[in-house]
Amino acid sequence: MLKDITLGQYFPIESPVHSMDPRIKIIITLVFIIAIFFIKSLWGFVAVALYVIFAVKLSRVSFKLVLKGIRPILFLIIFTALINLFMTNGEIVNIGGVPLKAGFLKITKEGFYSATVMSLRLVFLVMGTSILTLTTSPILLTDGVEKLLSPFSKIGLPAHELAMMMTIALRFIPTLLEETDKIMKAQMARGADFESGNIINRAKALIPILVPLFISSFRRADELAVAMECRCYRGGKGRTRLNELKIGTRDWIACLSMLTFMAVIVLINMYL
Amino acid sequence: MIEIQNLTYSYDRADDKVGGLALNGINLTVNDGEFVAVLGRNGSGKSTLAKHINAILLPMGGYVYVDGMDTLDESKTWDIRQSAAMVFQNPDNQIVATIVEEDVAFAAENLGVPPDEIRRRVDYALGAVGMTKFRKEAPHLLSGGQKQRIAIAGVIAMKPKTIVFDEPTAMLDPSGRKEVMKTITELNRKYGITIIMITHNMDEAVCADRVVVVDKGRIIIDDKPRNVFSDVDKMRRIGLDVPQATQIAFELKKAGLDIKCDILDEQECVEEIIKLCR
Ligand SMILES: Nc1ncnc2c1ncn2[C@@H]1O[C@H](COP(=O)(O)OP(=O)(O)OP(=O)(O)O)[C@@H](O)[C@H]1O
Ligand SMILES: [Mg+2]
Repeated sequence: MLKDITLGQYFPIESPVHSMDPRIKIIITLVFIIAIFFIKSLWGFVAVALYVIFAVKLSRVSFKLVLKGIRPILFLIIFTALINLFMTNGEIVNIGGVPLKAGFLKITKEGFYSATVMSLRLVFLVMGTSILTLTTSPILLTDGVEKLLSPFSKIGLPAHELAMMMTIALRFIPTLLEETDKIMKAQMARGADFESGNIINRAKALIPILVPLFISSFRRADELAVAMECRCYRGGKGRTRLNELKIGTRDWIACLSMLTFMAVIVLINMYL
Repeated sequence: MIEIQNLTYSYDRADDKVGGLALNGINLTVNDGEFVAVLGRNGSGKSTLAKHINAILLPMGGYVYVDGMDTLDESKTWDIRQSAAMVFQNPDNQIVATIVEEDVAFAAENLGVPPDEIRRRVDYALGAVGMTKFRKEAPHLLSGGQKQRIAIAGVIAMKPKTIVFDEPTAMLDPSGRKEVMKTITELNRKYGITIIMITHNMDEAVCADRVVVVDKGRIIIDDKPRNVFSDVDKMRRIGLDVPQATQIAFELKKAGLDIKCDILDEQECVEEIIKLCR
């Protein structure tokens, strides 16, 4: 059923990683992503792999789930790898005295190397962000983003409003999906056909779904706005939270682990 | 206490003719602890009246006082909304957060209540509507009646003296209706909250201490349910139903049986009919 969809990929269990402060998790993930773009040697990736394995073990999420995030971008990874493999200039590889070269395509040592590095980067990038989204509920994620962006509200960035919009969007996606389903069934009962015909016809068939959906969304938005006003909502100013974010020992330890990781990467980059 | 004096309102600001008035000289006082049901046909002005009680709409003529605070006084708007809360028809369009307890906390968060006090209020509010078990659930997975109870808990967390309900059961199935009505009566009886409830369901109106009938922007009846519903002819003329039990008694009497007409619920109806059979 459409009703049962889970949003994001949050995996609700208890673990040291789950109970970390979302701000720290977001920052660590960002630093991690930047770090993997500075890594040049394969030894660096060994360090990254160890760090990721450590984090996944600690989060008690299965590896399968973390790796699942790679599937949607598998094509992108393969494509990048192939481009790098065939298009990089350099020393052409010989196998049994035959140079691997056909027209403008060639396999070089440098190409082989950069294809590996690029694919590894993408894989670890996805794994890193997966760990973040698997261990942090959408609410905490938006709270974290709001808090991290709040210093910028002085220069006019509407941090609270953005977070509120994200929360409401998350809240209403299941409701609207259910409604879409209802409208589609209602149109199908009157003989609408969404499955056959060419792409233009199919797109046209969507209009009778989108129009009522839009109208009802506006009505919902209007009612929600009044209901929020009735509950004394007046923007982010002076607002408190049920669960205030708190940075604890656990978070400092995580920061420390991140710093160690960075130091290892720098050393590897310098000496290996 | 809610005091409404000579209230008029028109959605159509340009034309101030009497015909365009959604509310036309409403006078109503609701005392603390009362349970008032508001009845009336579609478009009679019930929702418009309700929205005046917590300053969503402001009077064009006359005054609305909530616990002595004038709704026209802008500096009091938030105190008024806290004191007189409102629950609407569609629970889906009132729930803001993706987790039940976060949603219940929403109003208290807006008021700037400290976190540990919010926690206490959330527990209290969920207890009052009997939804403590569901505090960590996602609202979209709950039934209609449960969602509406969450919406009610969301306003109880403001600790209001009065709650205005605008057709709270209109979108629910019979079992959802029953659970929401039970919650509402309990809030009135056990927690002493003043209730103003708009409804089209006469059997629900019977639960109230007092029934107010609105027609064309005016209050035309304001009396105890028993007195209001016993005049079946008058209710029909206004275009309203009466509770089923009252209807049966009325038809029996019309058929020439000696039965009294001021019957409100099944129980009374059964007793009267048994009396007839003796
Ligand atoms: N937002 C609006 N803009 C313009 N006119 C409105 C608006 N809302 C209500 N009205 C008009 O004001 C009058 C009173 O409407 P109101 O919604 O108060 O009726 P109601 O008694 O709540 O009806 P219902 O039982 O259908 O909910 C109606 O004539 C309606 O058409
Ligand atoms: Mg209405």
